[in-house]
Amino acid sequence: MIWNETKECMSRDEIHNMQGARLRKTVSRVYHNVEFYRKKMQALGLEPGDIKGLEDLNKLPFTTKQDLRDNYPFGLFAVPQSQVVRVHASSGTTGKATVVGYTRRDIEIWQECVTRVLAMTGIGVHDNIQVAYGYGLFTGGLGLHYGAENLGATVIPMSTGNTKRLITMMEDFKATAIACTPSYLLHIAETLEEEGKLDKVNLKVAICGAEPWTENMRKEIEGKLNLRAYDIYGLSEILGPGVAADCDAHKGLHVYEDHFIPEIINPDTLEPCKDGEVGELVFTTITKEALPLFRYRTKDLTSITYDPCECGRTLARISRFKGRSDDMLIIRGVNVFPSQVEAALLEIGETSPHYILIVDRINNLDVLEIQVEVEERFFSDEIKSLERLTKKISNLLQAALGLAVKVKLVEPKTIARSQGKASRVIDRRKLI
Amino acid sequence: MLIKQLSVFIENKQGRMEEVTQVLKDHNINIASFSLADTSEYGMLRMIVSDPEEGKRVLKKEGFSAQLTDVIAVKIPQMPGTLHEVLKVMFDGNISIEYMYTLATAGRDTSIVMKVSDFNTALEVLKKHGYEVCTAHEAYEINNLNNK
Repeated sequence: MIWNETKECMSRDEIHNMQGARLRKTVSRVYHNVEFYRKKMQALGLEPGDIKGLEDLNKLPFTTKQDLRDNYPFGLFAVPQSQVVRVHASSGTTGKATVVGYTRRDIEIWQECVTRVLAMTGIGVHDNIQVAYGYGLFTGGLGLHYGAENLGATVIPMSTGNTKRLITMMEDFKATAIACTPSYLLHIAETLEEEGKLDKVNLKVAICGAEPWTENMRKEIEGKLNLRAYDIYGLSEILGPGVAADCDAHKGLHVYEDHFIPEIINPDTLEPCKDGEVGELVFTTITKEALPLFRYRTKDLTSITYDPCECGRTLARISRFKGRSDDMLIIRGVNVFPSQVEAALLEIGETSPHYILIVDRINNLDVLEIQVEVEERFFSDEIKSLERLTKKISNLLQAALGLAVKVKLVEPKTIARSQGKASRVIDRRKLI
Repeated sequence: MLIKQLSVFIENKQGRMEEVTQVLKDHNINIASFSLADTSEYGMLRMIVSDPEEGKRVLKKEGFSAQLTDVIAVKIPQMPGTLHEVLKVMFDGNISIEYMYTLATAGRDTSIVMKVSDFNTALEVLKKHGYEVCTAHEAYEINNLNNK
């Protein structure tokens, strides 16, 4: 069903007018409350009054993840701390997290967006939904949780980590929906299969996101579990899960344009792309109170269409993601930059040893292995010293990435040296 | 009294060990004794060879992670209980043994290679209890000496 028809089915003119008005208000508020943006605008010779509508959007400066880091933790907040009711954080490239904040109104908007997504998938008050995203600083768990409660469904807040218990509750509580990463859902499906329980569970809907997946994976999930699977997209900087999601047509993810203005740009020239052309997705928030962002560069590559959808919604649709314009990896929903590994390895010596990241999907779970060359300075003929070294590296990386890492020591000079920019990653996950 | 052991880090890859022995063969280096410690990911090959310095040099040249490690080789008689006795002497002297293996068994004696926590104390304790240790030359050439 369409949860909010007045917002999801406006004419394109109405959307433009609403976005223009909300943009004007946001720019004025941000200019007066966030020093970072005021300085940026002043440097560009921009006054709040220069942004009259949507057509002036491209006059505004871009924002990057680095800007959030430079203003860690609360430097970009546009409201006093007394109005912030929650923060979330994601791991950063140099150990510093990216922190985002929400006012009570922001939380309401977030849950409204997630509720629209869930309603779009056909979930309602009679459904029991297992939320199997991580709860905590990560936006996945609480994001889905609030949206599902707002919808009136029964929430089973599983979080992650214990597949056996998840399956027991799925069976006993008669879960009809699940929200988790697509790779984890495939892992659940395989565990159900092994235990001969595939016909004992009654899932109708899966809401999957937090990592890239493919149409084939969707079909595999739907086939194995006999349910309908939907793609949900989001990023904490903009909101969390619920920025966009796909409908029954599965022809792109609807962006909630009454809250976010999407743009697609060429990541090299920063010029706008034509509709349908692949480029970097950029968002401007137009209702966020605590952390409004202008033209935030997501680094996610996709294309956009404004054609009306067969489902009746008029919201713009972004296509399935084609990759990233930077070297970020998404492993079990966790963002990993190779530079984080480099920084962590520096802690064991003055220079980083040669290393390579190998990402694989084993039994449908993403596994990160880091191979490190045993150089002279690390060498020991005692196994226990080498094991200590392995353990030390693995602890450092786990602390830096927030992800379990397998460390493998390899012989010197066995990791290929590349001529130009070192290629530090082998991604063996097949997204077909 | 200290012997140079040639230690080589070997990944668990088919044929990797054979490449080590090939390099040593090509340079006419004899392996008097060896032990191979294995883990799930890699192995540690420890060898007493005829020319450890040269062995290290040629292996490193071929890209191996090779190192020389100090060890001692204690001579014990070939009789029941003698290994136990020497270990008891070490234990009573508060010396930890990191690892050990047999250097060679020939005639009446066996020589045991050991890496210990404290070489000086170990040598002192062994001497006090009448044990003899191999010289480096004896260890590297143990097979040739025995044959004479």
